[in-house]
Amino acid sequence: MSAAPALHRSIPARPRALPMAADTGTAVAPILAAEHVSLRFGGVRALTEVSFEVRRGEVFSIIGPNGAGKTSMVNCISGRYRPTEGRIRFDGADITRVPTRKRAAVGIGRTFQNLALFGHMTVLDNIMVGRHHLLKHGFWTGMPYWLGGAQQEEIRHRREVEEIIDFLEIQHVRKATAGTLSYGLRKRVELARAVALKPKLILLDEPMAGMNLEEKEDMARFILDLNEEWGMTVLMIEHDMGVVMDISHRVMVLDFGRKIAEGTPEAVLADPHVRRAYLGEADEVVHDLDEPVTA
Amino acid sequence: MPSLAPAGDYRSSYREDMTIFLTRNSRIGLLIGIVLVACAPLALGRYELGLLINIGFLGIAALGLNILVGFTGQISIGHAAFFGFGAFMSAWLHERWHIPVVFCIPLAGIATALIGLVFGAPAARLKGLYLAIATLAAQFILEDFFARAQWFTGGVAGRITEPFELFGWRADREESYLYVVLAAVIVMYAFAANLMRTRDGRALVAVRDHYLSAEVMGVNLAYYRTLSFGIASFYAGVGGALYAHYLLFVSVEAFNILFSIQFLGMVIIGGLGSIMGSLMGAAFMVLLPEVVQVGADALAGGAIDRALKLGSSISFLREMAVGLAIILFLIFEPNGIVHRWQLIKAYWKLYPYSH
Repeated sequence: MSAAPALHRSIPARPRALPMAADTGTAVAPILAAEHVSLRFGGVRALTEVSFEVRRGEVFSIIGPNGAGKTSMVNCISGRYRPTEGRIRFDGADITRVPTRKRAAVGIGRTFQNLALFGHMTVLDNIMVGRHHLLKHGFWTGMPYWLGGAQQEEIRHRREVEEIIDFLEIQHVRKATAGTLSYGLRKRVELARAVALKPKLILLDEPMAGMNLEEKEDMARFILDLNEEWGMTVLMIEHDMGVVMDISHRVMVLDFGRKIAEGTPEAVLADPHVRRAYLGEADEVVHDLDEPVTA
Repeated sequence: MPSLAPAGDYRSSYREDMTIFLTRNSRIGLLIGIVLVACAPLALGRYELGLLINIGFLGIAALGLNILVGFTGQISIGHAAFFGFGAFMSAWLHERWHIPVVFCIPLAGIATALIGLVFGAPAARLKGLYLAIATLAAQFILEDFFARAQWFTGGVAGRITEPFELFGWRADREESYLYVVLAAVIVMYAFAANLMRTRDGRALVAVRDHYLSAEVMGVNLAYYRTLSFGIASFYAGVGGALYAHYLLFVSVEAFNILFSIQFLGMVIIGGLGSIMGSLMGAAFMVLLPEVVQVGADALAGGAIDRALKLGSSISFLREMAVGLAIILFLIFEPNGIVHRWQLIKAYWKLYPYSH
């Protein structure tokens, strides 16, 4: 695709119907619900009373200016941070206190804003680490590889991992060391590793940061396919408004750790608070809420 | 690094693609190597066979340290103490409980692994220098234990051990014990290669490369950091047990911190994070003093010796050479012998069009 137009034009306007009848108010249990989540580091308030729900099967984006608390929110969901107040419910269960390492099995996968691959492992091994919680054979049966069934298990999972590799079009680098790859490829390998977890909800922290237009188009396509064909709910942080508006079902806007808007892309774009937050005008709503910090 | 897979080498199943050896030639090369070692008693004298045996059991223990340091990214400067514990444990198991030596060796490995888990517990929380100090404590505590626990080690007098015996076949000479060590090396190295291509091995490397994302992948950091100590100690224990039944005498003084540093030297020289590198490093550390000795013998009484009045200090060349080798490797080849070997293979494969 040469001389591609701006991204939000290149993807044909497709009906991004919500995966459930939202307007009729049919109560579909949300897959993720944050309830009054606050996060403080000493006197710094990263998040203040943020509540939102992500519905099963949707692409939900969090946007906001730098330092708005987007990554902090994702870190609360993935377990890196524990909210100071509030609860996070996933699939009906309270996961606020579930340790990070157990959230993979719960059904949450994520990628990182700054690449976090295992640099000295091959791409294949990186993705296989994503299968960690699905594999049963530990060192005890892994060492006698041929006897205890570890080989069969490895082959079975290799087959599934190859499907992910095919899907993300990284066949040509599967034996390459992850640390030697280009930035765009590394981002894709990281996505592959998160997909290998078989998550119900996948958290993407700036999946398109630092990419050129074609790489962004590829990534947008992968995210749409993950959502529609693989049936994964996507929660995404992204700065590229064109992408966010094109592929999200719903968008939430954070500013200074508070939620200032939530809704369909069109509604959010039209919201005066959002416009002020992005254009940097004085916003009396934010000021009203802003209590002086007692240190 | 170009791929060393030959052109036209198409794999048609995942099983074929997941073998330990990338090419048929490397597999054949290894088999030839094993056959050569097996035939060594025909050609080599007892002393040279003794060197091979040394390379074998030191190589097993070094592999354990490599799993800990190279693959998991931890540090241990108490490896020799675990090696010694395995030696005493095997000897004690045989004498006290009359367990056949062939079972004593793996049992000593398991017992050492349990001790390693205890001393490895701080690894769940400590990193870097702090962990190094914690493992130093293991070194001194175990050394002290060896000196005091007469019932276990025989105290200052040391402990006599029995030779390896299987169905009436006594391996009490170098010519026969070589096969015991060879079999152990093959089994232990195959275990390690298998470990590193399955779930737990990948988790260990993941902990080393990026522990935060490893945790998100569901890897229990504390478990794997401790486990790697257990596995490393298992290898140290098996290596030590093989040592005990080779020398037929274990003395308390042998397992000092200098020996621990030598293990680290083997791992660094051979190649951190490489399985075969551990064996190469052990071979280097065993053979280097021999080579230097030959040089020193040639030097002794010669013109240089007389001119510089080296005299008896010529024997210190041995010790100095080991230190020098570690320094030179750190400067010129921090990835170890195994990396140099890969470069040679790549050069050979691409010759004469290396670009």
